[in-house]
Amino acid sequence: MRDVHVNEIVKTVADLCIAANYQLDEDVIESFKRFREKEESPTARAILDQLIENAAIAREGQFPMCQDTGFAVLFVEIGQDVHIVGGDLWAALNEGVRKGYGEGYLRKSIVGDPLRRVNTKDNTPPVVWTEIVPGDKITITVAPKGGGSENMSEVRMLRPADGLEGVKNFVVDRVSRSGGNPCPPVIVGVGIGGTFEKCAWLAKKALLRPIGQRHPDPFYADMEVELLERINKLGIGPQGLGGRTTALDVHVEVYPCHIASLPAAVNTQCHAARHKTAVI
Amino acid sequence: MADAIRITTPLTDEQVEKLRVGDSVLITGVIYTGRDAAHKRLVDLLAEGKPLPIDVKGQLIYYVGPSPARPGMPIGSAGPTTSYRMDPYAPTLIRQGLKGMIGKGEMGPEVAEALRTHKAVYFAAVGGAAALIAKSILKSEVVAYEDLGAEAIQRLEVRDFPAIVAQDCHGGNIYKEGRAKYEVK
Repeated sequence: MRDVHVNEIVKTVADLCIAANYQLDEDVIESFKRFREKEESPTARAILDQLIENAAIAREGQFPMCQDTGFAVLFVEIGQDVHIVGGDLWAALNEGVRKGYGEGYLRKSIVGDPLRRVNTKDNTPPVVWTEIVPGDKITITVAPKGGGSENMSEVRMLRPADGLEGVKNFVVDRVSRSGGNPCPPVIVGVGIGGTFEKCAWLAKKALLRPIGQRHPDPFYADMEVELLERINKLGIGPQGLGGRTTALDVHVEVYPCHIASLPAAVNTQCHAARHKTAVI
Repeated sequence: MADAIRITTPLTDEQVEKLRVGDSVLITGVIYTGRDAAHKRLVDLLAEGKPLPIDVKGQLIYYVGPSPARPGMPIGSAGPTTSYRMDPYAPTLIRQGLKGMIGKGEMGPEVAEALRTHKAVYFAAVGGAAALIAKSILKSEVVAYEDLGAEAIQRLEVRDFPAIVAQDCHGGNIYKEGRAKYEVK
């Protein structure tokens, strides 16, 4: 067993919250540039230019790239040979978010109760997904998720007979109905299979994959390419003002499924596709 | 977005009538912030026949919940939030003399009707370009509902705030027109 002190977890989560909000990854910035070259709408090109400039201002000036610094979604992979010492893991993850959002001047966007809606003032609690994996390391990914794009997400329990076409039509229809609301160009995370909640989790996890990296199974890689082409024919464009750049990529993740079911989920990610990972 | 039109608040009917969908504008002057919770309070006050904490005549409301300002800075990052959530409230404020809103995403038919009837305009700012937009904000102060935190109403002084006319007072709607132009059937 390897000991990991909770203080190290607190610091790592805090640093990741700040880094994720200030520094957009190169794969996203490169995709802005690549799509800009192909974009026919002058308004859309001007918006993509603003996004490239905005990412640079945020990185250099140590500002959040978007004022909605999101719900802190944490993916925590815990090696089965790790022994967490010095306190409670859940408390440490909360403290990391509290510290990161406070010290990083990040917006506190969480209300403590969904209907009575009083702000917790420190952006806690996070949403935490833990997985037990082999090894003696802890891998933490912080993926701040803005409300605007999250609101354009959906789970649908399709019939097995709906099949591949049914899932593809659902994804395109979801993006079409979302229009400019989720801050396109978007990244579309698609989860297929598993259960009601598992497919939603898969769709969220799909957003962590770098832009341009295809699914390892050619069947799903082809599906991703086709969905991206169909979505970019919708005409929605950056911010919904018209253009060819509606999505930067589509990522599909799948899981085995019950004979009676075909769950599918779309998790929409705005162009501020933020996530940072560290290994302890 | 070449040839941006410079406009200064407060706006008049004549200025609003000149603005057309797709026009790029640079806004200078005072704008107010407000989003879901603040709008609910404003509309509730009007329903009770009470005065508003700000005079909206000729003014613009920016749908934004900024991130906290670093010490010495006028504001944190300040991009627009999604506007459709304000659809139930915007027509009431437009009837009070509000001349426009700044946000992102399409606003509904009840808002389009109010824009036409009362000569107002809806501007889109680039969602997520919050660090860039913050550079055009020179000063901010909370003027109402401090308890709402990021949702408090602030008075902003802006210079060359970048936006695009998204829905105008002539019935124009860039979300429908722009999409139709680039859609591949």
